[in-house]
Amino acid sequence: MSNAPASIVSRLAQSRLIWPLAGLALLLLFNLVFDRAFFDLSTRDGNLYGPIITVLRLAVKVMLLAMGMTLVIATGGVDLSVGSVMAIVGALVAFLAERAQLGFPGLLAVGLAAALIVGLFNGALVAYIGIQPIVATLIMMVLGRGVALSITGGMPVRIEDAGVLFLGRGFIAGVPVQIILVLVVFLLTALACRKTAIGLFVEAVGDNEVASRLSGVNARGIKLLTYIFCAVCAALAALVSIGDVGRVEPDRLGQMLELDAITAVVVGGTVLTGGRFTLTGSLIGALLIQTLTMTLVRQGMPSDVAPVPKALVILAVCLLQSARLRAQLAALFSKSRRAVS
Amino acid sequence: MSDALLQMRGISKSFRGVQALKGVDFTVRAGEIHALMGENGAGKSTLIKVLTGVHARDGGEVLLAGQPVSPRAPRDAEALGISTVYQEINLIPELSVAENIMLGRQPRRFGLIDWKALHARARSALQRLEIELDLHRSVSSCSLALQQMVAIARALDVNAKLLILDEPTSSLDEHEVAELFKVLRRLRDQGLGLVFVTHFLDQVYALSDRITVLRNGELVGEFKTAELPKLLLVGKMLGREPAATEKVGATPVTGDGGKSSGDAFLVARQLGRKGAVEPLDLEIRKGEVVGLAGLLGSGRTETARLLFGADRKTSGTLTLDGQPAALSSPAQAIGAGMAFCSEDRKSEGIIPSLSVRENIILAMQAGRGFVRLLPRGRQEELAAHYIQALRIKTPSPETPMQNLSGGNQQKVLLARWLCLQPKLIILDEPTRGIDVGAKAEIEKLVDSLRREGMSILFISSELEEVVRASQRVVVLRERRKVGELSGEQINEGRIMEMIAAHE
Repeated sequence: MSNAPASIVSRLAQSRLIWPLAGLALLLLFNLVFDRAFFDLSTRDGNLYGPIITVLRLAVKVMLLAMGMTLVIATGGVDLSVGSVMAIVGALVAFLAERAQLGFPGLLAVGLAAALIVGLFNGALVAYIGIQPIVATLIMMVLGRGVALSITGGMPVRIEDAGVLFLGRGFIAGVPVQIILVLVVFLLTALACRKTAIGLFVEAVGDNEVASRLSGVNARGIKLLTYIFCAVCAALAALVSIGDVGRVEPDRLGQMLELDAITAVVVGGTVLTGGRFTLTGSLIGALLIQTLTMTLVRQGMPSDVAPVPKALVILAVCLLQSARLRAQLAALFSKSRRAVS
Repeated sequence: MSDALLQMRGISKSFRGVQALKGVDFTVRAGEIHALMGENGAGKSTLIKVLTGVHARDGGEVLLAGQPVSPRAPRDAEALGISTVYQEINLIPELSVAENIMLGRQPRRFGLIDWKALHARARSALQRLEIELDLHRSVSSCSLALQQMVAIARALDVNAKLLILDEPTSSLDEHEVAELFKVLRRLRDQGLGLVFVTHFLDQVYALSDRITVLRNGELVGEFKTAELPKLLLVGKMLGREPAATEKVGATPVTGDGGKSSGDAFLVARQLGRKGAVEPLDLEIRKGEVVGLAGLLGSGRTETARLLFGADRKTSGTLTLDGQPAALSSPAQAIGAGMAFCSEDRKSEGIIPSLSVRENIILAMQAGRGFVRLLPRGRQEELAAHYIQALRIKTPSPETPMQNLSGGNQQKVLLARWLCLQPKLIILDEPTRGIDVGAKAEIEKLVDSLRREGMSILFISSELEEVVRASQRVVVLRERRKVGELSGEQINEGRIMEMIAAHE
């Protein structure tokens, strides 16, 4: 009897989700004690508002990017270009909406097609030409920003397309469309990974590419697929972002978000060397970072200084995820259990 | 006993409640080569890790030259004069020979590396081994044997009294092994104590003075090599009667007991790849084991990779089951009914952090593509079937592959291919680095597969194994096929003659 709870504790201590979850729970607890208003929810015209909803909305971009980034990282790669892909898609959509009077379906199709091309380019460089992922995607990171600026001539462009604005600002049954979109993308990705063999192949390729190839896995195809998916996620993040803000600034859209996405994935428990991955963990990682930022700002910390504690929390979560530390903690739990019994 | 250099008495060690060592005694004298033998899981590596300070012992004492010692880290052990050379050579390929020998203890002058002293000390370390080697050469340009020597020189620089060699020969060919042994004997004559861990029985008899056998974490006994016949040693390691192991080891398969129908499954004509394999002819019939013999570097693995489509051919034709085949990827070869168990289990076989189940179904799933996921129930069924059929020792099908011993990993890889029911399986060194018991099981498995009509290409650097398993043997030398033996003609002597022959 006395064994059961302890074994749950030690099993949890070994799960990769426990530390990001614990961090998130701790933050929420802090707010529960010191800042009740954090949990205030109000409805205006039947739509939900409140600090929690704001956190979710602000985290949407990183959550979307993190879905694609998780799979790329699981194959042992990384995609630095997602921020620039957002800029390209945003600029292209704004330009075509203004000049070509393209409707929402057309804009969506163009945005996704652009992402597809960029993803193909990244994936081909990595999988077929064998350039290191960090270098290959750095090329697109630099190139993409320039392309985005040249599309709009460097000027900000207003967004007036109702569809795009709905994506960023609309509500369905009181819930922001953004949040629903993230949930849908998450569920579809998780289903695609676990109900087909994609998840297995991605993990196998990330864990041992040579062995996977010799077992008949199309390792190159799998890698290509993850880079394409990652770019498509970036395109969705771009649409949400420009719809929310109502304009496109090609020099700022998506800037530095690639690093937030990578951070979310790592904090969520997927290791950068590839192999086992967790989409849920990446979502929690993105939420943890955004909740932390929000909490700090609400506690009166200037937003310029906020990155410092953010970095510390990331460090703490990563330390807690280290296999060695976890083993020691698990040993601690089993020791205290023995002492009790 | 007074000349004992190292005495370990009553050593115990357990991990998470599993007793890995139970009161083991181990004694090494100065000026002897002492073989430490046992199957996987016998406790050899745990004993060595206790000795070198990687693990702290739970009980017992260690005396070095009469003084009690308890190293807490490999560095402590080195300072005490206990040095280790590991199976995987831990050198930095791009640095020079001298730099590798002195790495981490470079002599300094005024805070900078004193290169003159560094080279002098590296040279004297190599002189002790009596080998000539350019100190400035990068290690990556040296052969594996020379790299092994550099690793030994590195271990010896710290005035070692005791040198531990963990599977030092597993990647060397026969000639290189002989070179290494010369050096080891020299060190013994200089008064060093050497501990030698290996799976090659012949080498134990060629080299060692004494043998200590462990089984299941317990000491079986210490023996003088000259007084312990090979068969008895195997019996002690397995804990079985010698007669029983004899039967397993010597299954006669040279007859035509199987369904060797004479139809060729694979026919290669002048198949070759520039820089890897000279064009060769090869035929493998259904229900036949063809052995591929030759020294390391003779093109055995290259031939296997070429047949499997892992490397592309640059000349010749390949026919599979009567159909011309142009293979440009392993996936195509698998589709045509082929399977390939690579010699390099660690980097080309296992997917370390995925489970045993996932490792088993990987090739089958790859054949189905990613849309048609093998139902979970079917996956578990397959895993359970092969875990039982091949007697894979694993706590559960969900255990990560990296937690299994080498022999069990090899069986999982065999399962990965067998569940595809291939028509031809290429086994490249299937018994390398695994224990005697698993070896015998794999040899038996090969024979039963052949009887079911499967074609098998069997590659091994242990001639004895090739001779026992094969109906036909193709001999390679310097990336070229130099001959073929079949049936009664097959024996170790003939193969060695062909390997050694000059043109």
